[in-house]
Amino acid sequence: MAIRTIANKALDFDAEGFMTNFKDWDVEIAKTLAAEEGIATLTDRHLTVLNFMRREFETKGDGPSIRRLTKESGVPTKELYELFPGGPAKKAARIAGIKKPHGCI
Amino acid sequence: MKKILILGAGTAGTIMANKLAGALPRDEWQITIVDRDETHHYQPGYLFIPFGIYTPGDIVKPRRDYLPRGIDVVISGLEIIEPDQNRVRLQNGRVLGYDFLIIATGAHPVPGQTEGLLGDEWQRSIFDFYTLEGAAALARRLKHWEGGRLVINIVEMPIKCPVAPLEFAFLADWFFTEQGIRKNVEIEYVTPLPGAFTKPKASALLGDFLDRKNIKLAADFSVGQVDQGGRKIVSWDNREIGYDLLITIPTNMGDEAIARSGFGDELNFVPTDKHTLRSKVKENIFVIGDATDLPASKAGSVAHFEADILFENLLDVIDGREPRAKFDGHANCFIESGFNKGLLIDFNYETEPLPGKFPLPGVGPFSLLEETKMNHYGKMMFRWVYWNLLLRGAKLPIEAEMTMAGKRR
Repeated sequence: MAIRTIANKALDFDAEGFMTNFKDWDVEIAKTLAAEEGIATLTDRHLTVLNFMRREFETKGDGPSIRRLTKESGVPTKELYELFPGGPAKKAARIAGIKKPHGCI
Repeated sequence: MKKILILGAGTAGTIMANKLAGALPRDEWQITIVDRDETHHYQPGYLFIPFGIYTPGDIVKPRRDYLPRGIDVVISGLEIIEPDQNRVRLQNGRVLGYDFLIIATGAHPVPGQTEGLLGDEWQRSIFDFYTLEGAAALARRLKHWEGGRLVINIVEMPIKCPVAPLEFAFLADWFFTEQGIRKNVEIEYVTPLPGAFTKPKASALLGDFLDRKNIKLAADFSVGQVDQGGRKIVSWDNREIGYDLLITIPTNMGDEAIARSGFGDELNFVPTDKHTLRSKVKENIFVIGDATDLPASKAGSVAHFEADILFENLLDVIDGREPRAKFDGHANCFIESGFNKGLLIDFNYETEPLPGKFPLPGVGPFSLLEETKMNHYGKMMFRWVYWNLLLRGAKLPIEAEMTMAGKRR
């Protein structure tokens, strides 16, 4: 647990750098988190993905898998990897201010 | 007569049929089990077929020999489950009603989900070993293979038996050493996971094993397509890995009938309460084994432990009570490591695999997270245990709930 101040808000993060309360999130925070992940500019396509992830988290309590993202958000897998290089499900979850997806075992 | 309908006569469905037939009065309950074909495969045995250790005859038996007397066995594919009507439509045209439904339809590899995986080179330079046909075709290929780059690739998680691809890598190292051609074979293990396995401690240990056996590890690699002409796999972020022989573990999915019924997730797995094993679809529908969406391994041991829990919970629900037994995600897997040795891991939702002795604390005879000959004998003996005890629902000296006794942190 660590408190960080981003965009004039005090935010709580877990040990792996994921926000613990997704309701504290806003787009300004997302811009800072995106920069930390090496994404200089957040486009509308990024936001489509981020908003989908947040809706999913709110209704299901967990972030979606890449397969579910592709199927439900309308953003193809290839583009997901271009938007969030290196691991879309995990990276987009961090920028979207939701907890790390449980993924699979 | 009240009716219990079981969909699928694999490991989970067969154990449930045996347990229920032994417990419910035959003049009050009719138990029906449906499967698409007549043969039961000992799926852990697929791994040994490519290396000539088992032949198909060792692992295929008639389903009916393992099902209890006095139940109805129906051979047909499934068309659709209709929860609102409490009935299931079969592909042979029959309609079966139920009071309680147990979905045990499993998971299967779907190579068509990856661009370029099927096609002219399928079973020529590209093989799977999670099907009997694939494993047998690979056995014929390996017999005469002279060497080159062998790439083992997991397309995406979750897969059945998440340790089997590692075991395949270890056995390949052993097999080519025995054949005297190991120096001509490069083995690379390519996985979408960040390491050799899903759980940190086991992942580190198994990663060391890969190193020691001179097997290269490529992690965080999510394959987007297979280039059959160029003999390479290409990741979604455009990394490329060349092969001469590709061993693929394709995307695993649940039964198509789950998708047709409209309640599966994106991989056709059924939303299930991870403790009670009751479906989130309807109160009188329960799910067991690989068909669930639980965050547990898709493995026979899991199906076996779940059966103990589901059996208790069904009896509770039949008595008009709430289900009380809670599944803890317990899995127990032998990992064959080659040269007649093996490892054993034992874990659940909360506790990752730890070192120690099993099943008797301090005694064994098996060692957890450690390579021993005894673990290998356990794995080889298990085929007998499976056919003669496990499928019949007999009590084994391993509890459904994982224990910390004998484990070291």
